[in-house]
This record gives sequence, C-alpha cells and structure tokens, in this order.
Amino acid sequence: MAQSIEITVNGTAKQIDVPPSLPLIYLLRNEMGLKGTRYGCGLEQCGCCMVLIDDEPAYACTRTAESVAGQAVLTIEGLGTAADPHALQQAFLEEQAGQCGYCLSGILISAKALLDRNPNPSRSEIVEALDGHLCRCGAHTRIIKAIGRAAALLRGEEPA
Amino acid sequence: MTTDTPGLPASLSVNPRLDRWLKFQADKTVRIATGKVEIGQGVVTALSQIAAEELDLPLDRVVMLAGDSDEGPDERYTSSSLSIMVSGASIRLVCAEARALLMGRAALRLNCSPDDLTVEAGRFAVNGVPGELSYWSVAPEIDWSQAPTGNAAPKPASDYRIVGQNVPRHDLPAKLTGAAYVHDRIPDGVLHARVLRQPGRGAALLSLDEAAVRRAAGIGIEIFKLANFVAFIGPDEAAVEAAAAVAAEHAQWDGVPNIAPAQQEAAWLKGQPSIDNHYGAPIDPAPSGRLVEATFSRPYVAHASMAPSCALALYADDHLTIWSHGQGMHPLRRNIAEVLDLPLEAITARHLDGAGCYGHNGADDAALDAAIVAVNKPDHCIRLQWRRQDEFGFEPFGPAMLVTMRVRVDEAGQPQDWTSEIWSPTHVQRPGTGSGFLLAAEALPNPPAAPAPQDPAEEAGGGGTRNAAPYYDIPNCRILHHLVTTPPVRTSALRTLGALPNVFAMEAMMDDLAAMAGADPLAYRLALLSDPRARAVLSDAAARAGWDRRGEGGTGQGLGMAFARYKNTAAYAAVVVALRVDEMVHLEHIWVVADAGLVINPDGVRNQLEGGAVQGASWALKEQVRMAGPGVTSLDWDSYPILRFSEVPDIDAAVLNHPDMPSLGVGECAVSPTAAAIGNGVAHALGVRIYDMPLSRERIMAKLIA
Repeated sequence: MAQSIEITVNGTAKQIDVPPSLPLIYLLRNEMGLKGTRYGCGLEQCGCCMVLIDDEPAYACTRTAESVAGQAVLTIEGLGTAADPHALQQAFLEEQAGQCGYCLSGILISAKALLDRNPNPSRSEIVEALDGHLCRCGAHTRIIKAIGRAAALLRGEEPA
Repeated sequence: MTTDTPGLPASLSVNPRLDRWLKFQADKTVRIATGKVEIGQGVVTALSQIAAEELDLPLDRVVMLAGDSDEGPDERYTSSSLSIMVSGASIRLVCAEARALLMGRAALRLNCSPDDLTVEAGRFAVNGVPGELSYWSVAPEIDWSQAPTGNAAPKPASDYRIVGQNVPRHDLPAKLTGAAYVHDRIPDGVLHARVLRQPGRGAALLSLDEAAVRRAAGIGIEIFKLANFVAFIGPDEAAVEAAAAVAAEHAQWDGVPNIAPAQQEAAWLKGQPSIDNHYGAPIDPAPSGRLVEATFSRPYVAHASMAPSCALALYADDHLTIWSHGQGMHPLRRNIAEVLDLPLEAITARHLDGAGCYGHNGADDAALDAAIVAVNKPDHCIRLQWRRQDEFGFEPFGPAMLVTMRVRVDEAGQPQDWTSEIWSPTHVQRPGTGSGFLLAAEALPNPPAAPAPQDPAEEAGGGGTRNAAPYYDIPNCRILHHLVTTPPVRTSALRTLGALPNVFAMEAMMDDLAAMAGADPLAYRLALLSDPRARAVLSDAAARAGWDRRGEGGTGQGLGMAFARYKNTAAYAAVVVALRVDEMVHLEHIWVVADAGLVINPDGVRNQLEGGAVQGASWALKEQVRMAGPGVTSLDWDSYPILRFSEVPDIDAAVLNHPDMPSLGVGECAVSPTAAAIGNGVAHALGVRIYDMPLSRERIMAKLIA
C-alpha cells in the first residue's frame, strides 16, 4: 500500500506517495530524476549512493523512502551545478580529482558533511570521513587534496 | 574492411575516409570522431587536444564523438594503452590533411598562394589580414569522402600550443554534478531489467519458482525465459531488483560447476592441460654459471568496477540500437549481430560513459543481455543492469599466474641466461577475437562451441608472456609459456594482462641477484640497462625517493624499487615505494617516474600514473577472487576488499617529457612496477621475501613466525 510522505529534497518540500520499503535511491533516481545518486552495490559497502539525511551521510541504497518522512535529503544536484558549483565541486575540478568519476558524487556528499562540522580537517580526518567510500581508479590522493582545497576555499583562504 | 595501407596508422588504413573522422558542422565546430572511448583515462580530452592543435582551433570548437558504430571509425577496442599511439596518430594526420586541403581551397578562392595564408580560430588571413573565409565556408567545397593520404605534414612539436598543456577533462563537470553515465539514461516508459545468470557453460535450467520470485517483486513483473536465459522485466526498478535478488535461490539447474578450493590458487595451474610455446633463445643443453631460481604467483583477480554493468537497448522498426559502456562499439555491434543473427546494418551501437572498467569486464555481456530482451520486446526501451553479485560472480577475471624465473649468473653475479616459465589461463577472451564470446550466448538455444583457447602472441605484446622478456641487457633470454586451457572461471583482459605477475617476478629476481652480487639494487639495474631512457626514469625515481638513504633490511621499514617498460615497447616507468611492515603492509609513500615520449596532457598522464600505482598496490596487497563449489564466492566488497582511503599513501608522479619523441602508451605503465616495488619493499622490511600475491596478513605472519 503506497504511503504519502512529506520529504524535503534539495531544499524543496514535496508530498509524495511511496510504496512500502522502496529503497530511497530509486525514488531519487527514477521518480525525481536525481541521477547523481549512483547505484554501486546495494550493500552499504561502496558509498556511491551517499546522500545527506538531515545533514548526516546515509546510504540511499538500503534506506527506505518512507523512513525519511519529514526529513531533509541533500543529493549532489543540491550541492551545486556545473554552472554554479559548490566549493567542493570547484576544488575537485581544479585538482582534476577523479578518473571515471562514478564514486565522486557520494564522496562529495560525505565531504560536505565533514566540512560542515570541521572547516579545517587534517588529512587523517578527511580519510576517516571517506572510510565508507571506495574508489577503484585510484584517484584517492587527488580526492584528499581536493577536499583540503575546498576547505580552504570555504574559509576564504588561498588553497595551498 | 580494407587491408592496411603502408605508412598509415592501422586505424586510418581500415577507415580510409576523412569524413569517418572529421566533420565541419554548421555551428562553427568540428566534430572529431574516434573509435576509442572514455573509460576514466581522459583519452577523449587528450584526442581533442591533438585535433585542436593540428587544426589551429580553440578547444571549444572541437566536439568529440567517441564510440559510434554508425558514424565513427572502427578502432576495435579501447585497450592496451594504444589510444594515443594509434587513434591519436590517426587524428593528427587527418587534421593535418584537412587543414592542408582547406588552405589549398581557400588559396584558390582568394587567388593567392597557400604560403600567404594563415588561419586563426578557423578564419583565414592573407598576409596577416583576416578576411571572411573560414574553414566552414570552404569545407563544403571539399570532397570529404576521399581517403587520407598521410602526406600532409603535421606541425612540428616546437609549434605546439595545446598539446602538452594541462587541459581539464571535458567530462568531469557533469560527473561531479549529476547524471553522466549510461546508468543515468532512464527515458520515460523505460523497462528495467535484471538477469538470472546461468551458473556455467552447459548448465540447464530445470525449474524456476516464478510465484516465489513474483512474491519477492511485490509489484507485477514479467519473467522472460529463452532456453537458459532468464530476465525479470518491469517498469519498477525496485521490483525487478527484488525479483533478481531472490531468483537464484528459487532456481534449479542441471550441470552446475563444482570448483574445488585448490582451483582458486595459482599453484593449481602447474600440471594442468596446456598449450605450450617457446619464445626466444633455445635451451642451452649444457648451461654454465650458478643457477638462481624462484617461483612467484598471483591469484585470480577482478576488474571490480564501481558500477555494475549496464546497457540500454531499443528494437524498433527492425533496427536495434544499443547504448553501452563497452570498450569498442564496432566490435560490440558485430558480436551482437552474430549472436542474434541480425544483419550488421540493423544494429547501431553507441558508447555512453560508465565506471572505469580496467579491461574486459561485464560491459559487453550486459549489452547482449539488454539486446536479447529488446528484440523480444520491440518498441520498448530496455535498461538492463547487473547486480553487484553478477559483476563479482560473472565478469571475466584476470587470470591466476605462476611464474618461475630461472637465471644463470656468472662469477661476477651478472645474469647470462634468463628463463621465464609461465603457467596461465588466457588473458584475452574478448568476443570477436576468436577466443571469446558474449556470456549470454551460452544460455541461448544453440550455444556456440567452447572457444579454442589462445593468447595474444608475444610479438603482439603478449598476454601471459607480457613483459616476461627482460628489458635488461642479458645475452640469452627465453620464455616458456604454458597456456592453461581448463581454468575454473572465464578469464580475459585485465589492465596489464600478464605484465603485473611477470614484472613482480622479474624485479624480485633483480633485487635478489643484486643482493647475491653484493650490489645496491639501483646500481645493479643501471649496470644492466643500456637504454638511456630506462636509466633516466630509474635514477630520477631513486633521487626523488632518497634512495641513497635506504637502510639495512629486516627492520620492518622497507624501501623497494622496480622498473618496467610496458610491453617492452610502450612507456617507461620506475617506482619506489616506502613502507612499513608489522602484521601487515602499511604504504608510506610512492614515487612514480615515467617517460611516455610526447605527452599530450601532462596532468592526465600523472592522474593515470597515480591511479595505476594505487591499483597495482591493491592487487599486490589485497585482492583474490574466491571460488568454491558452483562458482565465485567473493561476491561483495567485504569478501573482495580493495585498497581503501586509509591505506593509500601520498604519491608523487612525475613525467619526463620528450616532446620530440613519439607518444608511448602510458595508461598501464605504473601498475606492474608498483606491485613489484611493494614486493621488494616488503622483502627489504622483513629481510625475507614473499613470493605469492596478495602480500596478505596471513603470508606476513607466516614469514614472521618462520
């Protein structure tokens, strides 16, 4: 039986019907067109589907849509756009931090949560925040640098 | 296809029409087509730099079309670090020729000599005075169906303004902000699909409890069965996913494989049926000198793409269109035409980006899966995605390898005679190469016969033999290759093919031979390398890493080096790794120095070197495909761990640029030397060597206890 829930996605409140136990990722990708939330494993092991739920990183592949009723979801589309990128997206472009890029939107989400609570993270704090993420191309060192660069940009400093 | 024209790059001689490569478009852009595709390596951006350079156009006037079976050139697969060397060389010649034709035509129109003409952003100037004529006004007067001659001289490297610059990747902004992949193409009315895989060749479906599968789906789905091919189809992706998630447990098969645990190890390969080849020097019947021998191994490893394979297919008006992240759209079209018995002209295959594949993964197989469903459900766009478990269970794996190095050294400790003996299943079962097949073809009625095992010839870069011939100056070298014909799983091309195990073994031997000779590993290698470019990368990497501060072995702290020239013909790479070993290996720093001749995009090359180092480290330290009973058991990231953020060290990657030298394929060159340098670093740290990858906690503990 579909259930009507209220959910705020990327700042916009919506009332939607969701079938029971529908994984959040399918609601975002297939119903709302927010395809930057990527399917990687469906097992909470790779982090490709990471979104913020009330500012906390969460795997969209296993969370049900009904479980986020009344909460606020942020996806990569809500972070910034190609024309108006968030400091994190800007920094990733400046560092060319990525190869295939499939892991990046989830990583950017976890990085956003990190920088929101810690504006000046150390390398090890960045690494710890990315512990739930895998990258197969080996862009790790650029990703770590890019997050440090974004932190500096957000603090209004010249990146090192 | 026509045969090769002497003097032209292979891609150009098999696609001998300029309009297969380039098209002047009404919006004042030039469309450059390539058969090579973006797989995360940045090659499409680099190819656009080559085109913009030769045409003297700003980069934003060049639009790339990559991987289109209808409009683009057939360049087979995007593989083997050949894209810049082959497609890049072709595009350079095509653009140089186009420029010359346009200049010639413009000179006629302007009644001047071509020597009086210059061109700026596509607009011609006579003696420096810009006029109205442009590429786009002159282009319609040229017959672009003509064959390229290769006679137009490309620019000298000294004139380059775009080639050699750090150009940002064209594709990254979309990937950082939203939809960007074939997975993200979800048209209105699309039908999602998942498959139930045949457990192995010849397995027959006895029964499927469809009611149980439908109950799991919850919402109505269609169950499509054709012989031993089963797909779950419906408008609701969650429902087809839920169906597929339980399908295997509700299916009964006859003829399921039964893999013994020993078969997952490289050691099992020795003594299995094999096709044997001998390359190089004859065996010396009465060898002299001291014999040094050791055997190394690498288990089956996975491509393990971040995304499960995915494809879209639409069959409408007797025409099948496929969107795939495979490495070659022309081969994919041919292979699917063969399986489905459709004329080639009835199929279009278009590339859309996917996650990095690192070789032949499930991409092509997913495309056939989608095509099978599509031709049986005309007028519906089918979006078929594998499950994570399909990807880990059914991708073609990188083969296990066993490598014995047998070296005769003279009294000075110098190698005089080198035998590399290799046991390995095939490294290439790409469909259409004669040895491969698309997976679902085996599940359809009238499955093809099992392909005859074969491996790329050593002269063509080799598969199991890749980099098994020493690049060092050694008088007598030979390779004894045992192509094992009965592996327990399908194997195919994985980044570097056999080079990783071979370089791991070769460079371990170099270190051990140096130690026996009482020589420093760097000095020992340099004394055996007459190629100055090889010496340069090694010396440079050593200097950056502070090699002269390398301490005594056996302290737990290790510094290891390795060198290889990929395929012995492509880019040179030297790697030094600093690490610490307690119960496990902790990487502290990696230095990579490469020489790839003319570099198109230096930052792109450094990105490849860094990524290659991480992937090589991951294979060396962590990875092994597990299998038992009916198949693969390492079906998720917990049972198939890869290197994590917390395990990746800082990496310095440097490129020794030689703009005057031809470009050398660079995408794979750092992988094997990194694995080998880690092996040597661990041996240095422990004071004893571990011969088998992965260099796991269990193997380290065994050495510490011994």
